[in-house]
Amino acid sequence: MSFTPSTPPELLCTSDLACERDLRVLYSGLNFSVKAGELWHIKGLNGAGKTTLLRQLAGLHAVDMGQVWLPDKATKVIYIGHKLGLKEQLTADENLAWLAGLDGVSTQEQRYAALEQVGLRGYEENTVAQLSAGQKRRVALARLHLCKADLWLLDEPFTSIDQQGIVDEQDWLSQHIGLGGAVLMTSHQAINLPQVKVFDLSTYAPSSPINRASEGGALM
Amino acid sequence: MIKFMLTIVRRDLLLVARQPAEMLNPLVFFVLVIALFPLGISPEAALLSQTAAGIIWVAAMLATLLSLELLFKLDHDDGSLEQLLLAPYPSWSVVLAKVFVHWLVSGLPLILMSPLIATMLFLPSQAVPTLMLSLLIGTPTLSLLGAIGAALVTGVRGGGMLLTLLILPLYVPVIIFGASSVAAAAQGMAVDGYMALLAAMLVFALMITPWAAGSALKL
Repeated sequence: MSFTPSTPPELLCTSDLACERDLRVLYSGLNFSVKAGELWHIKGLNGAGKTTLLRQLAGLHAVDMGQVWLPDKATKVIYIGHKLGLKEQLTADENLAWLAGLDGVSTQEQRYAALEQVGLRGYEENTVAQLSAGQKRRVALARLHLCKADLWLLDEPFTSIDQQGIVDEQDWLSQHIGLGGAVLMTSHQAINLPQVKVFDLSTYAPSSPINRASEGGALM
Repeated sequence: MIKFMLTIVRRDLLLVARQPAEMLNPLVFFVLVIALFPLGISPEAALLSQTAAGIIWVAAMLATLLSLELLFKLDHDDGSLEQLLLAPYPSWSVVLAKVFVHWLVSGLPLILMSPLIATMLFLPSQAVPTLMLSLLIGTPTLSLLGAIGAALVTGVRGGGMLLTLLILPLYVPVIIFGASSVAAAAQGMAVDGYMALLAAMLVFALMITPWAAGSALKL
């Protein structure tokens, strides 16, 4: 990402991606490519399949129909879901150490710096069990500053974060895409950034026969 | 890859160190079962020395089974399993690293305790080396085979019972040959054949477990 081509490189592509859960088609016919420097805000009603989509893109949920691929195999992806992947008995620093250790190494200095960036200075040696829900999420988000990844897949990253924190987080997001990264995130909150690209998943929910049959009973 | 596995091993050992009760639980269970057995049947040395091999092996197996359910479950529940699987390394390396820690925590202490336990049950002293060797080969097999079941029931509510049902048939040959080897040694017979079979089972488990449990985790 040292040079700037006329068209930014594609980081993640899908073709005809669909998802069916419990005989209900959540979405189908997803054809898109996420390019460097883009921030996608995935919207959708509860149960529209936002989380499932992110998990499919991350490779955690089976892709039965359609395809997901990374054009450049070296693209580094970080996925942070509802479950943060933190060990309650370990300290914030220890948690970051093993998470970063999955794909590289980190020094304690780097981890402390990352924790400071998410506003957790002074909490490095507290166990995660002692932290509040918002602070826990911040520990997980600190990984974004620690491990340099190209693509961030964030599932509701604003949950339980305070208002100032959300403002800060949006700064990181715009910084990241400014540096040629890309972000796909879900949120029920509006993102106040000019670059944001809203992607409404509900419009991809098909009105296929099985879908309508099962929804008729569920909605009315 | 080695670094990746070491990261997991270090993390899991640190977790055990933070919660030593979790580690002591199977060990205490193992000792309690063996301490209570003579009270239940008879404290007679002749009878106990005959049954010692079987008692020790069954208790070791149950102690292993006890700690297996949580092998992947805790990681699954807090989402760290997702992160382990997302790392750019094959899932079998996750399995091997976690099984290694499981054996270190649940298998190795049993082996170290076994001479003491053997004395408690009047096992002839010439059988003690065989007991330790058979446990050394057998307990990793128990941990490995158990990991397949643990991976399969990860994410299933109340999977503990299912795990036991799935795994017990696989444990039967290990128990039979493990206990027989000790009984043979107590009578002064050769144990090479038993050891060879136990070792063969370990090799078999080493071959299929990483692959089978790794695939099961991805489901």
